[in-house]
Amino acid sequence: MTSQEYRPLLLKNIHRPDSTSLSAYRESGGYKALERAVKEMTPEQVLEEVKASGLRGRGGAGFPTGMKWGFLPKGPGEKYLVLNADESEPGTFKDRLLMERDPHLVLEGFLIGCYAVGCSRGYIYIRGEFVEGWRILLKAVEEARAANLAGKNILGSGFDCEIVIYRGAGAYICGEETALLESLEGKRGMPRLKPPFPAQVGLYGKPTSVNNVETIANVPLIVEMGSTWYAGIGRPKNTGPKLYCVSGHVRKPGVYEFPLGIPLKELIFEHAGGLLRETRPLKAVIPGGSSVPILPAEKCDVLMDFDSLAAAGTMLGSAGVIVLDDSVCMVDALLNLARFYAHESCGQCTPCREGCGWYVQILERLEKGEGRTSDLDLLLDLSDRIQGNTICPLGDAVAMPVRSYVTVFRDEFQYHVDHKKCLAEPAPAPI
Amino acid sequence: MIPSKATQLQIDAAIQEYGQARSALLAALHLIQQERGYIAVEDQAWVATRLDLPPAEVAGVVSFYTMFRTKPPGRHHIQVCRTLTCQIRGCRELVKHLEKKLGIRDGGMTDDGRYSLITVECLGSCGTAPMMQVNDDYHENLTVERLDALLESMK
Repeated sequence: MTSQEYRPLLLKNIHRPDSTSLSAYRESGGYKALERAVKEMTPEQVLEEVKASGLRGRGGAGFPTGMKWGFLPKGPGEKYLVLNADESEPGTFKDRLLMERDPHLVLEGFLIGCYAVGCSRGYIYIRGEFVEGWRILLKAVEEARAANLAGKNILGSGFDCEIVIYRGAGAYICGEETALLESLEGKRGMPRLKPPFPAQVGLYGKPTSVNNVETIANVPLIVEMGSTWYAGIGRPKNTGPKLYCVSGHVRKPGVYEFPLGIPLKELIFEHAGGLLRETRPLKAVIPGGSSVPILPAEKCDVLMDFDSLAAAGTMLGSAGVIVLDDSVCMVDALLNLARFYAHESCGQCTPCREGCGWYVQILERLEKGEGRTSDLDLLLDLSDRIQGNTICPLGDAVAMPVRSYVTVFRDEFQYHVDHKKCLAEPAPAPI
Repeated sequence: MIPSKATQLQIDAAIQEYGQARSALLAALHLIQQERGYIAVEDQAWVATRLDLPPAEVAGVVSFYTMFRTKPPGRHHIQVCRTLTCQIRGCRELVKHLEKKLGIRDGGMTDDGRYSLITVECLGSCGTAPMMQVNDDYHENLTVERLDALLESMK
């Protein structure tokens, strides 16, 4: 199947004018998978289907979802499934689309997940700024409860599951699962040391699994169509449909759904309309959200899946594809990201807290033309000292882009030192 | 200054819903801020008592999360996203235009209390950059012309 013939599976409802309503969702076949799961399958069978589908987490790490659920203890005893709807990775805007346009797809997947792991109280942690998505989800949960799709004795199956929606309050770090759990407990969102992992000691000290919104939205599809069918989409070990967020210097930015493994250039040039300005060629692409190593234009012949991008020295991450044309100064771009991480560092680990501030100071002086050649190696040295030396991956998430930008575009950084200005020829902002 | 009776009732409902009083802290702070636009020191003391927490714990949470404010914002609190995609799609021009038009700097408020302006980190709307959030609402795919029209509509 070529991508031209591909029909969206996750985004099939979003263009309906009433797409957020329960009736519209049911008309398009919604909640059949939940009914099938709770009435015809055991929780173990659902878990096995998800394992067999090869579904890997769409939040960034790409960890197999079935295996993650399998880490939770079997049998009775309180445990929690938590939906991570704290979408905050720069360049990423897919979960928001799902929640605002097809909230029942998200709820159905979440309820099936709760059934599979034996959770009777599921928490949805939504980013605080997403006020519209929060209101839509609240209404959807209310509708689902009234239709006996959530709450007590769901569809007469004997399965009970309450859904609790919890609002964050503006903190990128709460997208990290243990910081999210701290926040859910009403605390500052500071990541926990692992082990113990959340599957043993999670929310309120109970076994917990935290899943991304897009990941969960794949679950009804797996239950309805079967794992064999699902595993036929995409590429080996990189199965299923994927939402790609394309932003930056393209004509048609937006969320695009294709199987995992679509060529990056096809995504940019065929689907996202190509580059914004004819006179401005491609300079680089950030393929997986701001935290991943950058691909210079000449290395963009890659497939967009977990393993292909890892082989290319970067990551699929959250599939936040930021396209940069040659008007972008890499010192300026990296300074922008360093400020982001400095603002979002929770401050508990010294390498990250101090390192992010140092990055900003060094990049500011380079940007102002006050940098020294030794600053380039200092940036790289800082990355070596941060990466792997912090409790959570935020340190890595800033160290990796810094190392890659300075290495790949070293001549631009050096130019700032030597000439006190940008190598890139700026262009007026396209607004 | 303590939360109104109506807000107090909503906070009680949140405590019920979450089952654990402490988990209701973020919700309580959101509710208070919704009532008066910011969270006063007296509010924090009230919440601490209500949730049986040390006041310092409450202050720690208030200061940790970007959305919580301890000073009143303008009636129209304009937050312009400044992270990478918005930057390369023109947020600097938007901020410059806003600063000039409103006569305030990033972080400031107009004398009449009508507008406050602040740049913020990624709001998760990169596909429609540049963008900003005014109070609860997102305004996306902005241009200088659209921004002017929007400011006019905000009384």
